[in-house]
Amino acid sequence: MAEAHPVGFQWVAEAKARGAKLVHVDPRFTRTSAMADKHVHIRAGTDIALLGGLIRHVIENDMWFKEYVTHYTNAAHLVDEGYQDTEDLDGLFSGFDKDTGGYDNATWQYEKDPYEADGIAKDMTLQHPRSVFQILRRHYSRYTPEMVGNVTGIKTEDFLELAELIGKNSGRERTTVMAYALGWTQHSMGSQFIRTAAILQLLLGNMGRPGGGIMALRGHATIQGSSDIPTLFNLLPGYLPFPVAGKHDTLRDYLDDAVPKDQKGFWSNGDAYMVSLLKAWFGDDATEENDFGYQYLPRLTGAHGTYQTLMRMFDKSVDGYFVLGQNPAVGSANGRMQRLGMSNLKWMVVRDFQLIETATWWKEGPEIATGELKTEDIATEVFFMPAANHTEKAGTFTQTQRLVQWRHQAITPPGDARSELEFFYDLGVRLKEKLKDSTDPRDKPLQAMTWDYPVDEHGEPSAEAVLKEINGYYTTGPNAGKPVDNFNQYKADGSTAGGCWIYAGVYAGGINHAANRVPGKDQDEMAHQWAWAWPANRRILYNRASADLDGNPWSERKKLVWWDEEQEVWTGKDVPDFPIKRPPSTKTAHDTHGPDALAGDDPFIMQSDGKGWLFAPKGMNDGPMPTHFEPAESPVTNPLYPQQESPSRVLITSRGNQLAPAGDQPGAEVFPHVFTTYRLTEHQTAGGMSRFLPYLSELQPEMFVEVSQELAAEAGLEPYGWATIASPRGAIEAKVLVTQRMQPVVAGGKTVHQIGMPFHFGVGNQALVTGDSVNDLLGMTLDPNVYIQSAKAVACTIMPGRRPRGPALVKFVEDLREQAGITVLTGHRRLTFERDAETMEVSDPPTLTDPEPHTGE
Amino acid sequence: MVDFLERPGELMEAYGQDTERKGFFTDTSICIGCKACEVACKEWNQNPMKGDLEILGSSYDNTGSLGANTWRHVAFIEQGQEQIDKARESGARLVGLGMPAFGAPETREPNTTEDLGMPEFGSPGVRIKNKVDNPPNPDTPEFRWLMSSDVCKHCTYAGCLDVCPTGALYRTEYGTVVVQDDICNGCGTCVAGCPFGVIERRDTGTIHTKPDRVDSRYSMDVKHKGTAKKCTFCFDRMVDGQTPACAQTCPTQSIQYGGREEMVDNAKKRVTAMHEKGLTEARLYGANPNDGVGGIGSVFLLLDEPEVYGLPPDPQVPTKDLPKMYKKVGIAAAGMLAAAATAFLGARKK
Repeated sequence: MAEAHPVGFQWVAEAKARGAKLVHVDPRFTRTSAMADKHVHIRAGTDIALLGGLIRHVIENDMWFKEYVTHYTNAAHLVDEGYQDTEDLDGLFSGFDKDTGGYDNATWQYEKDPYEADGIAKDMTLQHPRSVFQILRRHYSRYTPEMVGNVTGIKTEDFLELAELIGKNSGRERTTVMAYALGWTQHSMGSQFIRTAAILQLLLGNMGRPGGGIMALRGHATIQGSSDIPTLFNLLPGYLPFPVAGKHDTLRDYLDDAVPKDQKGFWSNGDAYMVSLLKAWFGDDATEENDFGYQYLPRLTGAHGTYQTLMRMFDKSVDGYFVLGQNPAVGSANGRMQRLGMSNLKWMVVRDFQLIETATWWKEGPEIATGELKTEDIATEVFFMPAANHTEKAGTFTQTQRLVQWRHQAITPPGDARSELEFFYDLGVRLKEKLKDSTDPRDKPLQAMTWDYPVDEHGEPSAEAVLKEINGYYTTGPNAGKPVDNFNQYKADGSTAGGCWIYAGVYAGGINHAANRVPGKDQDEMAHQWAWAWPANRRILYNRASADLDGNPWSERKKLVWWDEEQEVWTGKDVPDFPIKRPPSTKTAHDTHGPDALAGDDPFIMQSDGKGWLFAPKGMNDGPMPTHFEPAESPVTNPLYPQQESPSRVLITSRGNQLAPAGDQPGAEVFPHVFTTYRLTEHQTAGGMSRFLPYLSELQPEMFVEVSQELAAEAGLEPYGWATIASPRGAIEAKVLVTQRMQPVVAGGKTVHQIGMPFHFGVGNQALVTGDSVNDLLGMTLDPNVYIQSAKAVACTIMPGRRPRGPALVKFVEDLREQAGITVLTGHRRLTFERDAETMEVSDPPTLTDPEPHTGE
Repeated sequence: MVDFLERPGELMEAYGQDTERKGFFTDTSICIGCKACEVACKEWNQNPMKGDLEILGSSYDNTGSLGANTWRHVAFIEQGQEQIDKARESGARLVGLGMPAFGAPETREPNTTEDLGMPEFGSPGVRIKNKVDNPPNPDTPEFRWLMSSDVCKHCTYAGCLDVCPTGALYRTEYGTVVVQDDICNGCGTCVAGCPFGVIERRDTGTIHTKPDRVDSRYSMDVKHKGTAKKCTFCFDRMVDGQTPACAQTCPTQSIQYGGREEMVDNAKKRVTAMHEKGLTEARLYGANPNDGVGGIGSVFLLLDEPEVYGLPPDPQVPTKDLPKMYKKVGIAAAGMLAAAATAFLGARKK
């Protein structure tokens, strides 16, 4: 956090000054470790084993928060009789489909009990063998400190120290917060890493309480904002799912499936959020008769993530590509495939401050040097559009606390540079103009789209007008045109319009609350008058959980929101995250749904049962509980299950995306080490904002590789000399930093050398500092929930000296692959074990021979 | 008091009545090595970048040292357990006196300031007072990564200022030492006069690093080529009541700015607090008015011996011995005169 979020780290420094203990778990000793009370070296990609071990420790040593867990989580809920655990199935849950790697979650559902008002069978003693609590306990029963050590390489005494620290620092009087960044997410089971942390925090009673929670440290400014109003293919604004072809043909189909009315909690109001969104987009064209323009929305036909889209480029089924604030030629996994993919496009638009590598790969990229691409043969037309930076445009940034903060424009952009807002507004105006007389039905959505923002004298649309639309407003009645105050005012009948329901209130009363700027010293510690947090300016989500069953704070020290017996309302320091007049003693009545069905002890108001989920009956594509699997191409054989890698990981089978053999398979010794990638304080992601700036470039001027003293000795690496690092996808060179900050770890009975490399550098002639890109070494193996690439634990080899130049580089990598016996199907087996039907013995399955791999390249 | 105090011109009274002496307190124990101070300094002062854009070979430090273009510099030092243990021991020994003890023991001055339990630097055998009673004894970590932002010291007795023949260097009303760009003739005398190696002459342009080249897109307009440059304490900000750029930008308040006395006070409190936690490696640097430069404006909390950070353990203003030298020159001259006279008189007697 000190390394990549130095400004946010000031609050950690502040907490430390007040006595907080800071523990940093990382494969490397970083600037954050330097500030921590304790640093724990972990083998990259094994965090589920560590967190699972902590879960086991907390349960077995009675450190869990009993009242909280029993009443506020789904610990007491019983799970279907058909459910089988990874402990029963060697690493699989019941419902696995070995062809797709997906799951049918029918057996993960709660057992029904018609006598319960919410229809869910429960055992409040948590003793029932099919209660979530007992299932959880059994699931992690083998994650002992010794096993944790064997998997993660963490010394038992370090593990126990960490476990005691977290356990003792949680409960009524104290809370523990966990902060993570891409080190947890960029794995083939990244989503499950976060789930494991969520389970642990629920067990310890650290959710919905001050000083608790799980903090996602975002990778860029307003990454939170770009999930809220998404740049993601599978979401609409406000986390409404994107309609799916064949499944959501009508608005009714969509609403009944995505936001059913008969479920508990606030998602049952999803019809109002969706209809208001459609009203905001299609205005007068959105009527009840035409499903409010629902038919104008495209439908999903499958996964359309970055990497799926890339592979479609090779099939020539992508014509054009907009690249905004991104530098895939450097920043995305398997850089070579990225650049080769782009060479199949007809056109692309790069909007950035500088001529980043994504704008210049066709003349300066590494494949020009190797002869794999020739500029004159590339048909892709590349348009470069200079972009305004954050000081040159107004708008909002939404950070990890969901705080929406207004940015005022300081200066006008130089030259032809423009804001995104102006660019897209202008594009929309031009497209609408072109299509205004079209009778083609496919042009109807653009014709219907509302596109009427006031512009200033420079042609810049008013960002405040956009924010007002996002907030939502009345379309009819006496208040027509006036902003709504909160999302409860959103209606499903078309009388309101709103671009993102969770942001309702940011423009309440016609005031831009994102621009609120009352200094911290002039208000209490919750700082409600500094900017605005969604939803409803609430600073801590699910804060009903900060009070006990009777609605009293768990402790004076940690009080936040409580039930005022006299006034009969929820009150406190934060905006209560609960129906304001619902007494804590309320029981769910039969035949109620939506917010009305929430009982007084249902703090997790967005969940369909009002509880925090230790066990996820739905929502995860790779299992209801996190399970440790090895990263793809790990040198360690999974000590916990015969199933080596996540069976649900998304595989991209293609030439150019070959994987190294894992564990003890033949050829694994060719790529014996593990590297992890990261960023440095001095640079920003793929370098577009830093490698072109003298003051930042001089601070970290060259690509480097960090190795331990042990590995340097073993591989013959000279400090600050050159090294070549190769994976089955490519080879790069870097200056060597030999440091005690890197340590080999012992896991699965072998010593694993971990190598660290920053991902900021790229090949080109435009930036002030350039270098080989580590992302050229990454494969594309994805998390099945969010399609993030695994970038944090990748197989490689390292040798002294610079890499070969020109075509020899291609040959060099080919030779390594040959040496390791790698084919396009290496590492692509979903199941790594077979069980003999009679003896029940587990054995290796036969080598893969089919199906046909993607032609790739 | 040592002799040089008798020199006119640089006494605190000269700072003016209305302004107090300003100072930095750089608390290296909470420095996260983000280098924002380096960047903010260059942005504000429009200093050119340094360096030839190659890895320097010094952990994460690639600017190396303070100089004409780099007025804040962050050092990175990687240390193992043994060195940490040594630092704890040396720091513990220093607790008590409120001042460093330099030179041979017999020349040390008695403690004339309040005894605040602050550590000092210097050789063993120093008197220990106000030692924290039975501090906890935390485990020594196996490894640590020290980070420290260095800056011009703005000495009480500034060697650079003393030796400047043109008067380009002067003492401001805030007690800081500033070069006047339009007066400096680039003679470079000050460079040798600084006991910390801070001040440096800016490249005249006869050699060009990659970013300096005229044809480079990144070539910068370099001002005041060939003149002596160093930290101005952001004098232009200071006169407007603003905080210097480095302190303003520091996210963890590792760099604090304020009245020098307050800074020293904060530093002492912080050292005491750390010693109470058993972190006896903490020590003060530059707060002693009796050291070889009369104390510095930019005090530091260090976690090891000053040399570890590239700081001199016993900085001496080069003009310190001038009065003594002049006295000796006088005596010698008088002696020679006397000898000559004697010889002359003796000759006469013959």
